Amino acid sequence: MSAPTDGPLLRVEDLRVEFPTEDGVVHAVDGITYEVHRGRTLGIVGESGSGKTVSSLTTLGLTRAQGARVSGRLLFEGKDLVTLSDGEMRAIRGNDIAMVFQYPLSSLHPFFKVGAQLIEAVRVHQDVSKAQARARAIELLGFVGIPDPSRRIDEYPHEFSGGMRQRAMIAMALANEPKLLIADEPTTALDVTVQAQILALLERLQRELGMAIVIITHDLGVVAEMADDIAVMYAGRIVETASAKLLFAGPEHPYTWGLLKSIPSLSGTRKEQLVPIPGTPPSLINRPSGCHFHPRCPYSQPDHARIDPQLQPIPGEPTHHVACLLEPDVRGRLWSELHAGSTPEQARASVGLPAPQEKLASAAETVGDMPEVGL
Amino acid sequence: MTRYIIRRLLWGVLLLIAVSALTFVLFRILPTADPAKLRAGRLQSPKIIAEIRHDLGLDKSLPTQFWLYMKGIFLHFDLGYSYYSNAPVKELIFNRLPATISLVLGGAVVWMFAGVGVGIVSARRAGSKLDRASMGTALVLVSAPEYWLGLLMLFFFASDIGKIRVFPGAGSYVGLTAEPSKWFTSLIMPWLVVAAGTAAIYARLLRGSLIETMGEDYIRTARAKGLSERRVVLRHGLRAAINPIVTVLGVDIAILLGSSVLVETVFDIPGIGRLNYEALLRSDFPIVQGTVLFASLFVVVANIVVDIIYAYLDPRVRYS
Repeated sequence: MSAPTDGPLLRVEDLRVEFPTEDGVVHAVDGITYEVHRGRTLGIVGESGSGKTVSSLTTLGLTRAQGARVSGRLLFEGKDLVTLSDGEMRAIRGNDIAMVFQYPLSSLHPFFKVGAQLIEAVRVHQDVSKAQARARAIELLGFVGIPDPSRRIDEYPHEFSGGMRQRAMIAMALANEPKLLIADEPTTALDVTVQAQILALLERLQRELGMAIVIITHDLGVVAEMADDIAVMYAGRIVETASAKLLFAGPEHPYTWGLLKSIPSLSGTRKEQLVPIPGTPPSLINRPSGCHFHPRCPYSQPDHARIDPQLQPIPGEPTHHVACLLEPDVRGRLWSELHAGSTPEQARASVGLPAPQEKLASAAETVGDMPEVGL
Repeated sequence: MTRYIIRRLLWGVLLLIAVSALTFVLFRILPTADPAKLRAGRLQSPKIIAEIRHDLGLDKSLPTQFWLYMKGIFLHFDLGYSYYSNAPVKELIFNRLPATISLVLGGAVVWMFAGVGVGIVSARRAGSKLDRASMGTALVLVSAPEYWLGLLMLFFFASDIGKIRVFPGAGSYVGLTAEPSKWFTSLIMPWLVVAAGTAAIYARLLRGSLIETMGEDYIRTARAKGLSERRVVLRHGLRAAINPIVTVLGVDIAILLGSSVLVETVFDIPGIGRLNYEALLRSDFPIVQGTVLFASLFVVVANIVVDIIYAYLDPRVRYS
């Protein structure tokens, strides 16, 4: 099969991932569609439990062993990954599609030397001698900016610093020059200064190797720096998607506003208040009716608990999609109020929306009481 | 590391002295038959008994006896002489050691392979019928007393008295150097009996440890690399899951070297355990003392060896 060179590298179509459990079916990913293009970066943003990690693990076929029910299509260079056998999937994993995980220390095997783990990654997919693989491993470590790689290759992961471990993980992912690199919260477990270094490294690698990157994060700051396109996920669905430029210029979904308003900005005044999103992400077994975000949404209206919003282009911006039941002009006015520094209550009042029912109050009470349940 | 080992060795020596003192006192305080009387046989006159008592050094005070005993060990590695046969205890023990070592090391090989094998299969198919059957059998084997299992084996499979006569029965042991094939066949049943309980414990231990390990992030990484499931389990999973087992293996072998009394008695294998058992019946203190000291020595050394091996197994562990 010849790989088409035009069109997206990865096209995810109506992907659903469900886990049957004793308590009921967990709808981890609930019909998401997105595209990843060669040489570009897609940022998938959301809280823990929004399905962003599960969707990526499913792309690699890694949720199969956990008994996941997968439907929809995962078209990678035209091949549907959902229908591939385990063996065919294995040939793609770590080869055409590679993944970098959140916690570099626990993601590296503690009992094997960094070099041995890199050599293994090379030799799974390439028929080369140990010596050749070792030379390649040293080259990879040097490439991701680890000083003195020919010495450090014989060290164990615990002898590396946090940033160095993540560099080693990235080196391992690059072993077979993947076309797509999925980075799942690659900087979350790292110090802020190291975070910037790792992001810069990923950007450099993308420039030099031309791979596509999917970066999964809860941190809009990270995607602002790196992503060309952004998909915001909530409760297993994409609630807003656009190019990074459009999304930061005019976010449309109240959840995106919440994410934006809960980031402290260095340029803003100290008086500018951070506004947390009240409540916690919903259970993925018994999801809220209607718009899944309505119990936490400061602008929700009575019928939002009944009507399930669809992802639709916004007027005048065919590439900017949002799943929100508020009228486009109301959303526009709300965001300009919020952007000017109003609280959600002030914004609501000035736009003339009635306050939502006591649901919100009860949701707000739970802030901080409940542990975040991630998948 | 060297300093750590030296410190551990010194503590080990102290521990052995303490164990010796304890056994020394125990066997002289507890009501046992008077060894002098046992030796006197039919000549039970007080004079003869007093003479024997003097010959054996039993007329000296307890601390003096202990002091002399310790002096003998430290200066000449002399464990004294058997009250019963007058043979040097050291020699008796060394003569019996090969049989016990054959039994225990062979048993260890059996229980490692059986335990680890069953553990892997059970862990990979956790919850299946096979898993439940394996773990049920394991529970039975853990609970079954060794001598009972041994007698059952003899009853069913011994070539002389068994229902299905396949394996050489009790008293068929010959040394490895004398006749290797006979050595092997004579030990098959004892090995299975010695290994049964430990194999069951190891299977359960490894099952739990492997299930836990397979949920680790680095296993996900191994899968994400595109490794085969077989390699993920056997190399990445097992390498981490087997650690707790290696830790107990050394100590289990050591404990058994000093306490295989029941299996050696049931199968009539001339090992340390049997020597100890015979000595107890005859109130032969020096032999009891010697075998207990050896057993403790095995345990102390095994613990140190295990700690050293552990540092090699888990590169994150460093002693100072």
